Amino acid sequence: MNARHVAAIALRQYYLLRSSPTRLVPLFAWVAIDVVLWGFIARYLDRIAPHGPDFLLTLLGAALLWDFFTRIMHGVTTAFLEDVWSRNFLNLFATPLAVSEYVFGLVLTSIATSLVGLAVMLALATLAFGFPFLAYGAQFVPFVAVLFLFGIALGILASAMVLRLGPASEWLVWPIPALLSPFAAVFYPLAVLPAWMQWIAHALPPSYVFEGLRALVAGRPFPLHELAWAAGLATAQIVLAYACFVAVFRATVRSGLLARYSAESTA
Amino acid sequence: MRDLRKRYGAAAAVDGVSFEVRRNEIVGLLGPNGAGKTTTINMILGVLAPSGGDIRIEGVDLARERERALARTNFAAVYAPLPGNLTVQQNLRCFGLLYGVRGLDARIEAVLEQFDLTRFRRTRCGLLSSGEQTRVCLAKAMLNAPRLLLLDEPTASLDPSAAQRIRHAIRTIADRDTLGILWTSHNMYEVEAVCDRVLFLSQGRLLLEGDPKTLPREHGAASLEALFIRVAREPLTFAGPAA
Repeated sequence: MNARHVAAIALRQYYLLRSSPTRLVPLFAWVAIDVVLWGFIARYLDRIAPHGPDFLLTLLGAALLWDFFTRIMHGVTTAFLEDVWSRNFLNLFATPLAVSEYVFGLVLTSIATSLVGLAVMLALATLAFGFPFLAYGAQFVPFVAVLFLFGIALGILASAMVLRLGPASEWLVWPIPALLSPFAAVFYPLAVLPAWMQWIAHALPPSYVFEGLRALVAGRPFPLHELAWAAGLATAQIVLAYACFVAVFRATVRSGLLARYSAESTA
Repeated sequence: MRDLRKRYGAAAAVDGVSFEVRRNEIVGLLGPNGAGKTTTINMILGVLAPSGGDIRIEGVDLARERERALARTNFAAVYAPLPGNLTVQQNLRCFGLLYGVRGLDARIEAVLEQFDLTRFRRTRCGLLSSGEQTRVCLAKAMLNAPRLLLLDEPTASLDPSAAQRIRHAIRTIADRDTLGILWTSHNMYEVEAVCDRVLFLSQGRLLLEGDPKTLPREHGAASLEALFIRVAREPLTFAGPAA
């Protein structure tokens, strides 16, 4: 893998972010809105049910983590869509750039933008609502890491879908996290789902994350085995998503779609 | 290029085309719309997989050593402007990294100077006129000092004065640097003025090849434009493929 090629992809995204407030603001704005919304909901529930579960941790914590996952996934797809919007594929792939370098550049961009969002999220939740992030410290990291891996997998898969179906299919990308959230059991235990939904949930690494988070808050041991399984699952999904992207890319090179991407189809 | 083919189902977009572009030579790739010119160029650029045949750039097989082969080429096309939301300098930096250009800062300065773009370095490409955008594309195309330069209708959106300057700049590059240029155009005056050799494509096949100044006479046409029209309307009357 050529580091200069990867750097070129990431640098392009940095230039775009640096010069455009309309791209920069959403990194913070949606995160802040979610923290404020879920922070007040959790505070209200803690007030009316003082002997219930710790809503600040379970609700705001879950909302923060889900938001982080969404940022990661959208970070990859938005960086990809920048090349769709500017019809840049012909220019890019006529260079010595390899597909792996391109995808890695998108992932690097997503890491940078989502870490900025995560920092803002945690700072706001801690300062405004007393979210006890520091009390959990290092225990928080594996939960974030699993969501991070799954977000990358889904981002690559969604990009492959847009590459295959054409620019108009970008509208299918944005609601993907919302479609998955009922199965991921973000705000409720997995046990409340019907059996068929639980089967799907078991294939989604976030379901292990949120079950584990609730277990931790309830005072049960750290769910090491579940998180390790979820991390393995998410890693395998990254490999599958990348293989899917490569297969789609090769198909577009065979069909001519890559060179005439704005046409959406060469059939 | 040897026996290059591209089929879409039963239809052949390019059908057994063979040619070479030598150093210091500008070769005009001519033909009516749909003749297979852009398909050929896209295959040489590695963004379209051939159904058959070989593409070698300075002996490097594109199919086997894509990165090495593409490092030796570059292109400019009217339908592939650089991203309009980056400045000229930012675009050149990104593409310079992708092409692995050594001494990139100095090289960017050199191409900005060469194509009279210095004053636009901090201007977003989308804000430039068509002629200025064409010059930016050419600056990008020369960044890596390619050995094979592909120009797909580079002057199509330019006024006659700007087009003349671009033609002069490219002719100078071809004479001075050790590169070959493959140039498509529908402007026969331009082709006669710039190209050392022309290839006529029609229906994906190479029908004629020769010197643009003598080829019309050899085929009983009054001008290159008249020959173009005959090739486009009566491709079957020409023996092919050309030797």
